[in-house]
Amino acid sequence: MSKESLDTQGTSGRSYWRSLEELSQTAEFRARLDREFPREAAEMRDPVSRRSFLKLMGASMALSSLVGCQFALKQPQEKIVPYVRQPEQVIPGRPLYFATSMAVQGYGIGLLAESHEGRPTKVDGNPDHPASLGSSDAWIQASVLTMYDPDRSQQILNAGKPATWADASAALATAAKAAADGLRIISEPTSSPSIVAAITGLSGAKWYQYDALSNDNVANGAQLAFDRVVNTIYAFDKASVVVALDSDFTHGSPTSIRYSRDFASTRRLESDTPSMSRLYVAEPTPSNTGTMADHRLPVKAGDIAPMAQAIAAALGVAGVTAPTLSESVTKWVNVAVADLKAAAGKSIVIAGESQPAAVHALVHAINASLTNVGQTVTYTEAVISGPTGAASLKALVDEINAGAVKMLVIADANIAYNAPADINVAEALKKVPTVVHLGLYNDETAALANWHINGAHYLESWGDVRAFDGTVSLQQPLIAPLYDGKTFLEVIAALAGNATATAHELLTTYWKSVQGTKDYAFDKQWQISLHDGTIAQTAAATINLTAKVGGEIPASGTGLELIFRPDPSLRDGSAANNGWLQEVPKPITKLVWDNTAQISPATAKKLGVKNEDVLELTYQGRSVKAPTYIVTGQVDDTIVVHLGFGRTQAGKVGTKVGFNAYALRGTETMWFGNGVEVKNTGVNYTLASTQEHFTLEGRDEDIYHITTLAKLIEEKAAGKKEPKREIFSLFPAHDYSKGYQWGMSIDLNACNGCNACVVACQAENNIPVVGKDQIWRGREMQWIRIDTYFAGDPTNPSIYQEPVACMQCENAPCEIVCPVAATVHDEEGINNMVYNRCVGTKYCSNNCPYKVRRFNFFQYADEETPSLKLQRNPDVTVRVRGVMEKCNYCLQRINEARIDADREDREIKDGEVITACQQACPSQAIVFGNINDKSSRVAKLKELDTKFSMLDSLNTKPRTSYMTKLTNPNIELSGKME
Amino acid sequence: MQTSQPLKPPVVETYDELLGPGETYSSVTARIGDIVLYPLLKTPWGWIGGFIAAGLLLMLYLYALATLFTVGIGIWGINIPIAWGFDIINFVWWIGIGHAGTLISAVLLLFRQDWRTSINRAAEAMTIFAVACAGIYPLIHTGRPWLDYWFLPYPNTMGMWPQFRSPLEWDVFAISTYATVSVLFWFIGLIPDLATLRDRAQHPIAKIFYGLLSLGWRGAAKHWQRYEKASLILAGLSTPLVLSVHSIISFDFAVAQLPGWHVTVFPPYFVAGAVYCGFAMVIVLMIPIRRWFGLHSLITMRHFDVMSKVMLASGLIVTYGYFGEIFYSWYSGSIYEYFLIVNRTTGPWAWSYWALIIFNVLIPQVLWFKRFRTNLPVLFFVSMCINVGMWFERWVIIVLSLTRDFLPTSWGTYTPTFYDWATYIGSFGLFFILFFLFIRLLPMVAIFEVRDLVHKTAHKAHDKEDHGHAGA
Repeated sequence: MSKESLDTQGTSGRSYWRSLEELSQTAEFRARLDREFPREAAEMRDPVSRRSFLKLMGASMALSSLVGCQFALKQPQEKIVPYVRQPEQVIPGRPLYFATSMAVQGYGIGLLAESHEGRPTKVDGNPDHPASLGSSDAWIQASVLTMYDPDRSQQILNAGKPATWADASAALATAAKAAADGLRIISEPTSSPSIVAAITGLSGAKWYQYDALSNDNVANGAQLAFDRVVNTIYAFDKASVVVALDSDFTHGSPTSIRYSRDFASTRRLESDTPSMSRLYVAEPTPSNTGTMADHRLPVKAGDIAPMAQAIAAALGVAGVTAPTLSESVTKWVNVAVADLKAAAGKSIVIAGESQPAAVHALVHAINASLTNVGQTVTYTEAVISGPTGAASLKALVDEINAGAVKMLVIADANIAYNAPADINVAEALKKVPTVVHLGLYNDETAALANWHINGAHYLESWGDVRAFDGTVSLQQPLIAPLYDGKTFLEVIAALAGNATATAHELLTTYWKSVQGTKDYAFDKQWQISLHDGTIAQTAAATINLTAKVGGEIPASGTGLELIFRPDPSLRDGSAANNGWLQEVPKPITKLVWDNTAQISPATAKKLGVKNEDVLELTYQGRSVKAPTYIVTGQVDDTIVVHLGFGRTQAGKVGTKVGFNAYALRGTETMWFGNGVEVKNTGVNYTLASTQEHFTLEGRDEDIYHITTLAKLIEEKAAGKKEPKREIFSLFPAHDYSKGYQWGMSIDLNACNGCNACVVACQAENNIPVVGKDQIWRGREMQWIRIDTYFAGDPTNPSIYQEPVACMQCENAPCEIVCPVAATVHDEEGINNMVYNRCVGTKYCSNNCPYKVRRFNFFQYADEETPSLKLQRNPDVTVRVRGVMEKCNYCLQRINEARIDADREDREIKDGEVITACQQACPSQAIVFGNINDKSSRVAKLKELDTKFSMLDSLNTKPRTSYMTKLTNPNIELSGKME
Repeated sequence: MQTSQPLKPPVVETYDELLGPGETYSSVTARIGDIVLYPLLKTPWGWIGGFIAAGLLLMLYLYALATLFTVGIGIWGINIPIAWGFDIINFVWWIGIGHAGTLISAVLLLFRQDWRTSINRAAEAMTIFAVACAGIYPLIHTGRPWLDYWFLPYPNTMGMWPQFRSPLEWDVFAISTYATVSVLFWFIGLIPDLATLRDRAQHPIAKIFYGLLSLGWRGAAKHWQRYEKASLILAGLSTPLVLSVHSIISFDFAVAQLPGWHVTVFPPYFVAGAVYCGFAMVIVLMIPIRRWFGLHSLITMRHFDVMSKVMLASGLIVTYGYFGEIFYSWYSGSIYEYFLIVNRTTGPWAWSYWALIIFNVLIPQVLWFKRFRTNLPVLFFVSMCINVGMWFERWVIIVLSLTRDFLPTSWGTYTPTFYDWATYIGSFGLFFILFFLFIRLLPMVAIFEVRDLVHKTAHKAHDKEDHGHAGA
């Protein structure tokens, strides 16, 4: 035995475990952990030498007991309340659903978590929550994987050595006392009433918030317009004209789920009298919202402000003079303004978070002059108070440098990684005597802290959080913390000397004091709130305000513009270790596992660079190296870099993936700035993408139908109907007229390509992550993909998004070629994949015209890592190497509904079976149901003239059909009716 | 009698006859038999070197297969959409090579083409070894090769039959039948010669070896009568197989609806391609063997001339197929078919299509001239070109069609990996090791049939109708 283990003699209980943990710090243990938890990404050919293997085995012997304890599956001690069913006890095989919520940039999104025998396996939106209405996004879908991430921090560390909570809490309380007025707390923005109250209650403490994707510009814009920070809420469902100025309001923000749904509701054509909203988008690089636009104008980020001025001037906002714009932009603005005027009170002008405060102030004035305020735009008290951006972080660092900070508690904020490059956080932290880090990961910031406290994931936590409209939703733990992680609330209590209070006690104590009730009255209300997921009547009240124009509009610069964007999948990079998010193909580019310097084709030509050339970008004296990616539809003379990559201590999945764009960011240029210098290093870097061709090749008729609203109305008036193509077969058709016949309809008019369905499917169906190399080889595994096409003018193309999963063809080409009958039709029209029978000839994939089949070229599914096993959906087989797989319309969900219906001796009702993709879709583009039931929604959609099937000339008779993509262009701009 | 070195007569090229001058019954027997019977320790260095080289290739093959089984077929370059790559290309290529042997031994026997006698044994051996090489690919191309037996219809607890509508299932029967008939036909044809070797062998082990294999053949008239009947029946069975095997393999593609696969001309086009490639391989093998073992008087220029003509004819059928494909891509009115040809001829892999045209269509046109048909270096070069060209044909059909099908978003690219090459090049190891063993252990030319030829040649003038046999 090694020396360390001898130290355990004479100790017992808790200390015994401590000693084991000390033993665990040996190199062997580290090495063994590396093997124990291979990252989700495949590392198939990773050589393990015989010697290292034997060493690992030796270490394993000593430590197997420790690891065993770490995965004890525990229900939280306190009573948590199931959402839908309230059984006496858990029924094996029946999932329970609990309402909880997740904070996204501090704002709450209400969720329902699916729990299988005490394991949360999937999260979806809570239909009763205003921010989700039952939908979710890729970020939320992937959050469940983060909880099970084997790379999560699993213990409290003091100067890198394991410690106990008793030690840590005692040390925290002592240090906090000693620090007195020198205690500072920095956290990610939070709207949690209990946390805000707890921090306020800490005497001498000062609280900062920092978010790399801060909404400070929006808040400051409100400050300029109203002399106070307010929260703006848009009602896209009531707007018939929307002008988005560099705003991707349908994707990637705490409100985007709700706004996607509201906006899509104005684009849906299911009635006989078609009408549709019109969307204008001006933006530098194509965003998800941009792909939905009827008129998209590529402009530099710095040129948005003059456009806002021009719009304001044209609408007669006092004190604004119209700047000189180019002819094409002027025309665009004039047409948009005419539309806005015509839709006064029913329109929205919205500016993106990256636009300067003055633009936001202008937009408030524009909305006011359009009489939108109170109708499509409402104001409420701010949900998150205080600055959350670079100014906030800078103020803290200034305080530290002035020597005022004796103790700093960092909660979740990874400031050592995501601070602007001109704030030297690492240097500053060295000057603070006690730095405490609370977080899910032992990350870049944890490495600089004296104490690291492993945090609890939101699915392991008690807590509360407010939604964008102020509604408070509760977080209840679905599982006791896997690694005894602590919540922010508990750490704050420990700072105040209360180390033993649980988060549940702290939370209920707070809400008892707020509601002024106790005992039975409180408990009753609390049960209801937990059940619903929200606390009733907590939405913020509307306030009436008059906007004034203020702030200085920055002059639009010249030269190459550098634009920072959150990565569409990883956002700020905090979830960089999440394989699902790394591997989900980014909207528009379809790249995975990398960020790039995006440039337009013309700029690429001018600079003489091509895809995958590594560029050295130098900006304000700082430089990074980034691979080039050319994006059609991006405005010339801009370089877009995405944040969230280049982590140095993210975990095995996220470390050293991509480049760190924060290294270019400055406090004054958080979002864009001019004058970036570019040098081609001549080095080539391989990028992996799931799609290599983006044109329709003249196959529109078979693949993607698109028309305009005007044309549709005209055709309707003329009684014109698309001639139905009849294809004859020599074989008699199978009779599908009886029983349930499942079918799906996907509305291309609603889809913005946000990827929620892709990750939801991955979570539901146990789809493995395969890693960049495998994707590069063309072996992505996601069952549903979003095809992207570019059409029209290459400088300003139309961008089409088309979700494609298995079409469940009635005449399935895959079935006849399988020699072992591993893919067969069932009587309900689903093309089943029988994994156990599959030998893996791959013939089915060759014969599939939609190429929706996915093959396990290696043993992709991680069958070793204990924590990842817990995440899996027990209703879906985990596939082995050599087996084909594909979408099967969430057969497990159909069967669950069937069992329920059978037990109650009734038919499955329309809407009872919801596929994972459908459930996640924020814009409700996907509808699923029984097409034999003529009253079902899907059957009705399939009757509409705008329905089409993909590649129907092949007579495959797909069960999934699409709704034609419609645009509603203004004839003044489109020039002709097409 | 056995000599320490095989007989090496002076090289006299014969252009019009199937036998060199001065060959007698005994000279033929000695010339062929002695190659096999001289002592083990005096095996020529050339043979040993070749055997070792083939063995090394075989090791490479086994390494690639072992990795394949332990790690997964992801070691290859295949992906979605190109789910078949080198595995199926090589399968079709090898099985095509096999076709010449069956054609020579069965079809030409039925057509009484005397020129087949000197080459049929080696060509048949080539068939069997090529089928062995080919047959491995469909077994290893599956994701879970340990379950390949599910292709077979056998009663089982799962209550499952194979899915008989799948062309891959037809392949199982086509290939196994083909392999069985070919082995039987080959072995039955060997029996009289094995008896000859048994009688001539001096080493006890050789005596036992050939004695067992010759199944008690004594050369009795009854034996000959039965032998003739059996070979006729097997020839009759083999003849349709020549057509059916490659037709069925072409169904793997023709039955699918992928543009570039879904073509009705595939069966005859594949058969012609197989014969084309097979004859090219026979020539490639025969030219060096003839030289190394001094078989100039048994395999004469006349043989090469005739084989070249067969090659030219089948090559023209294949060429017709290429033009046919271009024609229907236009005539079908399908944008996918049309795009396929555009992509083949001008797409990123266009060079492989044009290589195929050059190797398979243009270069073999020299065979119109007897001057080139009887010029062995030229013939060797042309045959090699055809072998490469036919490999490219399968590459173009399989890979190019898969790279770009219906949905442009699902287009992909294919890059063969080390393991793709290792499983291809390594399979030559298997082929050549079997072939080297064959030429060392078995008579590579049918002794009794050549003696028959000697008889016929000698009695040509007055005994044209006599089909009697020279006794063993």
